[in-house]
Amino acid sequence: MEQFLQQLASGLANGAIYACVALALVMIYVSTDHLNFAQGEMAMFSTYISWQLMAWGLSFWVAFILAVLISFVLGVLIERIILRPLHTAPVLSVVVVFIGLLAICNSMAGAIWSYLIKEFPSPFPKSAFGIAGVIGPHQLGVVLVTLIVLTLLFLFFRFTPLGLAMRAAAQNPQMARLVGVRVDWMLALGWGLAAAVGAVAGIMVAHIVYLDPNMMAGILLYAFASALVGGIGNPGGAVVGGFIVGVLENMVAYAGNMIEKETGVYIIGNGEKLTVALVIVIFVLTVKPAGLFGRVVVKRV
Amino acid sequence: MKKTNRRTFVAGVSAAALLTSRSVAFAQKKYDDGASDTEIKIGHTNPYSGPASSYGVIGKTLQAYWKSVNEAGGINGRKINFISLDDGYSPPKTVECIRQLVEQDKVLCTFNTLGTPCNTAIHKYMNSKKVPQLYVATGASKWGDPKHFPWTMGFQPDYHTEGVIYAKHLLANVKDPKIAVIMQNDDYGKDYWEGFKEGLGKDASKVVKHVTYETTDPTVDSQVIQLKDSGANVFFVIAIPKFAAQAMRKAGDIGWKPTIYLNNVSASVASAMKPAGFENVQGVMTAAYLMDPTDKQWDSHPDMKTWVDWMKKHNPGGSLSDASNVFAYAVATLMHETLKKCGDNLTRENLMRQAANFQKWKLPLALPGITVSTSPTDFYPIQAVQLARFKGETWELFGDIMHAESS
Amino acid sequence: MPPFPKKWLIVLLVLGFGIPLLNPLMPDVVSSYRLFLVSTMIIAAIAVLGLNLLTGFNGQISLGHGAFYAVGAYAAAILMDQYDVPYYATLPIAAVICFVVGYLFGQPALKLEGHYLALATFALALSVPQILKYKWLEGITGGVQGIVLSKPEPPFGLPLSEDQWLYYYCFIVMVILFWISHNILNSRSGRAMMAIRDYPIAADTMGINLRLYKTVTFGISAAITGIAGALSASAIAFVAPDSFNIFLSIKFLIGLVVGGIGSLAGCVVGGIFYVLVDNSAQALSTFIKNDLGLQFDLSAYTVFGILLIALMYMMPMGIVGGVYAAMRSLRRGSKGPAPSERPAVAASKPAASRQGH
Repeated sequence: MEQFLQQLASGLANGAIYACVALALVMIYVSTDHLNFAQGEMAMFSTYISWQLMAWGLSFWVAFILAVLISFVLGVLIERIILRPLHTAPVLSVVVVFIGLLAICNSMAGAIWSYLIKEFPSPFPKSAFGIAGVIGPHQLGVVLVTLIVLTLLFLFFRFTPLGLAMRAAAQNPQMARLVGVRVDWMLALGWGLAAAVGAVAGIMVAHIVYLDPNMMAGILLYAFASALVGGIGNPGGAVVGGFIVGVLENMVAYAGNMIEKETGVYIIGNGEKLTVALVIVIFVLTVKPAGLFGRVVVKRV
Repeated sequence: MKKTNRRTFVAGVSAAALLTSRSVAFAQKKYDDGASDTEIKIGHTNPYSGPASSYGVIGKTLQAYWKSVNEAGGINGRKINFISLDDGYSPPKTVECIRQLVEQDKVLCTFNTLGTPCNTAIHKYMNSKKVPQLYVATGASKWGDPKHFPWTMGFQPDYHTEGVIYAKHLLANVKDPKIAVIMQNDDYGKDYWEGFKEGLGKDASKVVKHVTYETTDPTVDSQVIQLKDSGANVFFVIAIPKFAAQAMRKAGDIGWKPTIYLNNVSASVASAMKPAGFENVQGVMTAAYLMDPTDKQWDSHPDMKTWVDWMKKHNPGGSLSDASNVFAYAVATLMHETLKKCGDNLTRENLMRQAANFQKWKLPLALPGITVSTSPTDFYPIQAVQLARFKGETWELFGDIMHAESS
Repeated sequence: MPPFPKKWLIVLLVLGFGIPLLNPLMPDVVSSYRLFLVSTMIIAAIAVLGLNLLTGFNGQISLGHGAFYAVGAYAAAILMDQYDVPYYATLPIAAVICFVVGYLFGQPALKLEGHYLALATFALALSVPQILKYKWLEGITGGVQGIVLSKPEPPFGLPLSEDQWLYYYCFIVMVILFWISHNILNSRSGRAMMAIRDYPIAADTMGINLRLYKTVTFGISAAITGIAGALSASAIAFVAPDSFNIFLSIKFLIGLVVGGIGSLAGCVVGGIFYVLVDNSAQALSTFIKNDLGLQFDLSAYTVFGILLIALMYMMPMGIVGGVYAAMRSLRRGSKGPAPSERPAVAASKPAASRQGH
């Protein structure tokens, strides 16, 4: 029972990580219709920026806010400079550009900050947070931050004119243009927001997996799976998807462990948990091709 | 049987002595591909990109080393032309790079090619081409097999032996051990695991839980929870620094306090012990053979001072807290010495002969008392390690230096 | 895209057969190493061909063709290692195995489109190395240690070196596979495949069996990529899980896009690019560092990324597409309106955006 609780809690904590990155993926998807393969590396780069700011003596939250702002600007710039000329290019060509971007971010971070893993501080106080032996203070903090980011995004898109304009630009560019929305800039804004959310995700993740240029490689796939399970166009779905994938993965390992304990036969274990979790995700998708929440919120004409 | 004539015997000995010391310089110059009056070409592969790019620092430090050697006049008047290619830790790419180095660039030998699967992919090729594959950067035990692969030689103490050492120590020192193991699911992890099992011998059943992780896993939390649940009181960590740090921290977080054995791969204070949190790693044991640059006790050691000065002068971009830089420097000095010993006889055969002819040579940055010894039947240059226990913020060596003969 | 002129094809074939024979005469120009390099390009070209049939001609995006490549390579390696099957006989067996795997994978994939299919295939590519290490399969796959093989030797006592023979072996397989693919694409079935890519609903209403075509295309595509994998097992003489990581699949995709989606010639260009890009990125990086004296360490991986982005800027339709476009603009006026560019994988975009509404 204790193991079950711990696995569940650890699954939720991992799920929060996936959810954070998945949110960033969804941000770009809703505004530009692309799945950004470089999202993980961009988030990693943002995290290094905040690390650097802290190394220069800023406090965690100041560095956090600055890094998020800088990432926002960088995101906008990437869209304006790198992706703008490729507006009419085929999808797969854009994917290749993302891969190029991934390679550049990864190797630049390595060249600037070296590949040595770095510790990353946690802003959450040890005493007040967490349940001893089940979930650590930082893990709980990540879950909270993820939910806060989700709420902010929801409020932004629902209740601000800019959010409305962005949604309009994504769902029907021609119409939006007719009513005076500057669609081009909305796309860039979408990239900026995604980069900012990614920065939050990276900074939250870094304490758990440590900071190094390859820290996002494993996480990105889980984030993809999460975003798709929840419905790629739906931020809320992405977060729920993240938790589902995180818990599912641990439960697979837990079940395998229990079977081995009871019967002494090894069937599935940690080596296969990713495979099994993905098979389940894909199975869900074949039953509900638009993801669990795909149809509920996103409406596009 | 003829009695040995004393005079001829003495003459023979002095001739041999002459041969090993200065006479080589007077001998006729002999070259194979890749060596000439002015340069020696050495090939190297290393991942500079992709998921294993953290090993790229080794390649960069090696390059800096040969550059500094050339600036100081080279080896016996010859410059080193060190050609380092990126194989991205992908065996097919390694084969391509190595064939380029051997057939196109015509190197004299390859040196410190990195990665167990990558070296396995070129193992047969190098030996059929009779090109020395020297001091490979992997701890697998298969590199010291002069009978079948006379052109391949390892460098570091192999993982297998290290695993045996932990097992023996554990059986002798832990009462009623129940052992939990976490292992990276690849060649490197397997080698440690096999050695560990061999060392346990009939006590192998004392391993109550054995779990694996993939390098694509974001965390190993789930694995550590399973291990704790098994009720183990000994924890053997076969993981690279990032995951070793995660595992030890998680164990502390969930209140599991076993006796921890940590593989040497992750013994770096800066990249494993500190990130794991010093409070979580007190009493952790490992086996060491090189000095850790972040370990304060070596700060005033002449080897370490030389290394720090060298790093500052010739490799300013390199991190002074990265154990990989120490490794690269140490293995490069061994190669340097081997080439120096070859004198003007730069044939591949002589290179292998010299590489297999070290007697207790003091390797810079090796722990005091650990030396390089090879022979035509012993292709394991370093076979000794010393156990260390983590205390405060540094490692404390204890016990004797252990010379384990690899199986 | 206009068909490749026949006379040029013959010239290329003759060159392809003739040049390697010069190896003993000009060992420095036609070196064994270069023959080996070209062999790896051929293998990559075959793998890209398999991917192109699926993605370029049938509009199903796959980010996981490395998985089929791995299955083919392992099938061949296990057959050679455990059952002493001669290397040439492993190709058809590997093809059949991969066809079955691909066909079966195509079943659930039918329900998935666009990004969802991309994820499913991506997951497949990630899972395969893990499955190879699965405890109960270790006995035949060699687990993490992989399988060491021998290189193919020239048959019938032909006076060829190992590398020459390897080259011919790969070259012949490539020619056969391209010929087969060409015929498939120019048949009724091929047109049906492309109709499904461009106008799925229209194709459906016209009585094309989408389910059958899509799954069989998946199977054929997997089989061809699997053959490439089997060839690589012979060429490298070693298989291990580390050889088939996710970057392999991504590099096939890069080869496909850079070569030219929906073009057979593009597969060859993609295969060449696949091999050359690493080497050239590294050469460029060294050049920048040593000869231009840039202090900042611009790594090969950075150069690789910049190269990709630059290429997509200049030729968003891939190299073959770009060359055709350039030729068309040169000839414009003399030959009337140019044939319209095929929508290629632009077709997958509406499919993708239909999801999640």
